[in-house]
Amino acid sequence: MQLFPCPFCGPRDEREFHFAGEIGKTRPDTTGEVSAEDWARYLNTQRNEKGRVREVWMHLTCSELFVMERDSVTMEVLSSTPLREDVE
Amino acid sequence: MARRYSAWSLFREGLRGHKGWGPAWRSPEPKKRYDVIVIGGGGHGLATAYYLAKNHGITNVAVLEKGWLGGGNTGRNTTVIRSNYFYPESVALYDLSLRLYEGLSKDLNYNVMFSQRGVTNLCHSEPEMEMAARLVNAMRLNGTDAELLDADQLRKFIPALNIRPDARLPIHGAVLQPRGGTGRHDAVAWGYARAADAAGVDIIQNCEVLDFITEGGRCVGVSTSRGDIRADRIGAAVAGHSSVLAEKAGVGLPITSYALQAFVSEPLKPVLDTVLISPVTGTYVSQSDKGGLVIGGGLDRVPSYGQRGNLPVQETVMAGLTEMLPILSKVKLLRHWAGIVDVTPDSSPILGPSALEGLYFNCGWGTGGFKAIPAGGYLFAHILATGAHHDISRPFGADRFTTGRLIDEGAASGIAH
Repeated sequence: MQLFPCPFCGPRDEREFHFAGEIGKTRPDTTGEVSAEDWARYLNTQRNEKGRVREVWMHLTCSELFVMERDSVTMEVLSSTPLREDVE
Repeated sequence: MARRYSAWSLFREGLRGHKGWGPAWRSPEPKKRYDVIVIGGGGHGLATAYYLAKNHGITNVAVLEKGWLGGGNTGRNTTVIRSNYFYPESVALYDLSLRLYEGLSKDLNYNVMFSQRGVTNLCHSEPEMEMAARLVNAMRLNGTDAELLDADQLRKFIPALNIRPDARLPIHGAVLQPRGGTGRHDAVAWGYARAADAAGVDIIQNCEVLDFITEGGRCVGVSTSRGDIRADRIGAAVAGHSSVLAEKAGVGLPITSYALQAFVSEPLKPVLDTVLISPVTGTYVSQSDKGGLVIGGGLDRVPSYGQRGNLPVQETVMAGLTEMLPILSKVKLLRHWAGIVDVTPDSSPILGPSALEGLYFNCGWGTGGFKAIPAGGYLFAHILATGAHHDISRPFGADRFTTGRLIDEGAASGIAH
């Protein structure tokens, strides 16, 4: 099994991790009117990049969310950082 | 023009030491201009080119393939053909494909070895049996074949199956689609390629699309590793790499690419004469004509473009296999691989125009692209020839993600997409 680095627990078995989503999507402001196109884009459209990707993951055993940067072809992990430092 | 294959030609070549077979298709230089360009020389792309020529008389067509024919998912799938879906739109689509498969060897003059040995979907609880009865009724109402088997019928049908009531996941019955089965995946690609080539289509391998040429907001051609090629309409059928191609066109797609893994065992004497699927154990298996067990499982849960297997899924799939068929627990695997599949939010495909005028997509088939090759090609050819949807393809336009009229087969037919 591959080892993924949790920023809080260190290197752990890949099966303990859950992919949450691509980073950088902002939920439309639902206090105002949101068009069907904007809402559909937010819900469904993915960048789905080949190569270097930045994603939000959860380490299920400690329940912490974090940002993992990896290569979507080689599965090499490039970095993992706590989410709250990244987003402020 | 390729020579017609027949029992007589095989016999004659047998006497001549098989020295008279010519190439099944040409390898032409790309022209500067075509009526239609199809990107992707897999099953869907080649079938599209074939039906453009056959159904619409459009033969000034190029199929551009960055590698070799059928080297992507067409050569990596587990060859299952079925139409056991829930919604009328889906059955109309996949049963068109099944019907075309039934006549395909004759239509293409190429043996695609479609073996209608039945597709058997296992149920592991009483509530699942109730949902199975609902699926069988829906399938019959939608005009395709389905049978509900109880445990006794299933024991007779598949003697090797572990139907003990004290099993970890006891088997209560199954949904059988007798017309389903398996085909020879390479033959489907090669058969369509040969027939399309014979009709005048240019199949251009080792030709990667690098960018799209746009004029006045309209896509009018492609820049490739073998020069610029222009066309009136451009269709992309590139499965797991649809997002990569769409990004070059500045188009967003509701697709996530995942690896889907498969395995093949050492050859065995006949042990299983149906396609056995168990969504609960996460495993499905059939036996190839060579005797190898062809085994598959569910999607990886991590988006990926890595065309190779990994251990967590292997463990799940093999646990499921030995749960259903303990007789196979000592069987050794020969190979393990993965293809990159294009999964949509509702597990149904996308057919039709993109946000860029002149560019059309045939994608989003996810884990079930192989069985859909004839229908995907048939309908995509209709769209590229006429610029408008066929009645069967209309519900599968990308606009459904905006209107909300999804065709959620992942939930409805309980098939692990």
